[in-house]
Amino acid sequence: MEYNGSAIIAMKGKNCVAIAADRRFGVQALTLSTDFKKVFQMNERVFIGLPGLATDVQTLYERFRFKTNMYKLREEREITPSTFARMVSSTLYEKRFGPYFCEPVIAGLEKDGTPYICTMDLLGCITTPADFVVSGTASNQMYGMAESLWEPDLEPEELFETISQSLLNAVDRDAISGWGAVVHVITPERILTRTLKGRMD
Amino acid sequence: MPITHEYQSASPVKAPVEHRFSPYTDNGGTALAVAGEDFCVVAGDTRQSEGYHINSRYQPKVFQLSNGSVLATGGMYADAVTLVKRLEQRLEWYYHQHEKKMSVDALAQMLSVILYHKRFFPYYVWNTLGGIDGNGKGCVFSYDPVGNYEKHHWNCTGSAGHLIQPFLDNQIGFKHMQGIQRRFLTPEEVVRIVKDSFTSATERDIYTGDYVEIFIVTAGGIDVQRVPLKRD
Repeated sequence: MEYNGSAIIAMKGKNCVAIAADRRFGVQALTLSTDFKKVFQMNERVFIGLPGLATDVQTLYERFRFKTNMYKLREEREITPSTFARMVSSTLYEKRFGPYFCEPVIAGLEKDGTPYICTMDLLGCITTPADFVVSGTASNQMYGMAESLWEPDLEPEELFETISQSLLNAVDRDAISGWGAVVHVITPERILTRTLKGRMD
Repeated sequence: MPITHEYQSASPVKAPVEHRFSPYTDNGGTALAVAGEDFCVVAGDTRQSEGYHINSRYQPKVFQLSNGSVLATGGMYADAVTLVKRLEQRLEWYYHQHEKKMSVDALAQMLSVILYHKRFFPYYVWNTLGGIDGNGKGCVFSYDPVGNYEKHHWNCTGSAGHLIQPFLDNQIGFKHMQGIQRRFLTPEEVVRIVKDSFTSATERDIYTGDYVEIFIVTAGGIDVQRVPLKRD
């Protein structure tokens, strides 16, 4: 989990959710690139963030892409975030005795528009808090930031500021995550995506 | 007649009984300090724990020293008490020899030397020293157990240090803020941020809680506030 380094956070707002991640890819202390993708859009209303071992991040994304495509073809509808979370959970538990080194974060809007966030451990044990979730090597720092900055019923722009500040200040105190960030705010009308420049050192 | 009492087990493979003693323990807790323009705020929670057990809900680990500075400790409480006792003794000797109180900068250097003298059997203590320097400016020094130290504007150490430090960077150092005027905060603003830091850290860190004791050091003297935190 500490081999490549990463920081991912998701927060609930008023009729909206946000998910954000850092952009570093490195091997222990050596940074190799600063445009690495760790948050993936599964459909119009579901995003997944995959912190952890970079090779497992990409393998898992491809498996989830395959599974959600099959779901769409069979069911003729889009998967909801809570159903998707169950699918991710069982995909991880399949590898109970030789797990993927990844603790995913899922954010999205349900069919009726209610915000949904969750995180799980590398074996697929799900937790669904009412406020925010964090995962990755900077999780302690993000807990401290989000616990202080987050409040209920934030509007999309307020939620963007809260999640961005939580992430950017957290990764500056972690040596193996950071180097820029990407933030997605999901509302029923549209998806707001912004790439942020952080401290590049 | 074989001697059996020297052996722990009844199995045919005999091994001598080993007795181990660990001289160190971690009593948890969090301390922070913020230097203002002409004041300094030092704070620490008052919970003392050992593993999952709480020894005391009010056992202060932030100490007011006789030269007008404040020392916040973390790590092993027994070592912290011993260290403060030695510091107080040295402060008293200094006062009688030189007929003046030791400056905070001098105390900072002396603390480093005292810690390094025990380089190979260290005091298991992470210190944060706050006070007013010779120019009337607030100052903060933080240490590792062997005396490596650095001067800061703000610092947080202890079990919730990782949680609070980025929040202080943001709120005291204005990190990642754009289009605002950077300035020194007032004591009231700093105290508000310190309270927020500790209530947030208490939510997530099991070793932080019960009360936070806040020392506000100004040229006029030291004001102490005790604020209750969650006890779970």
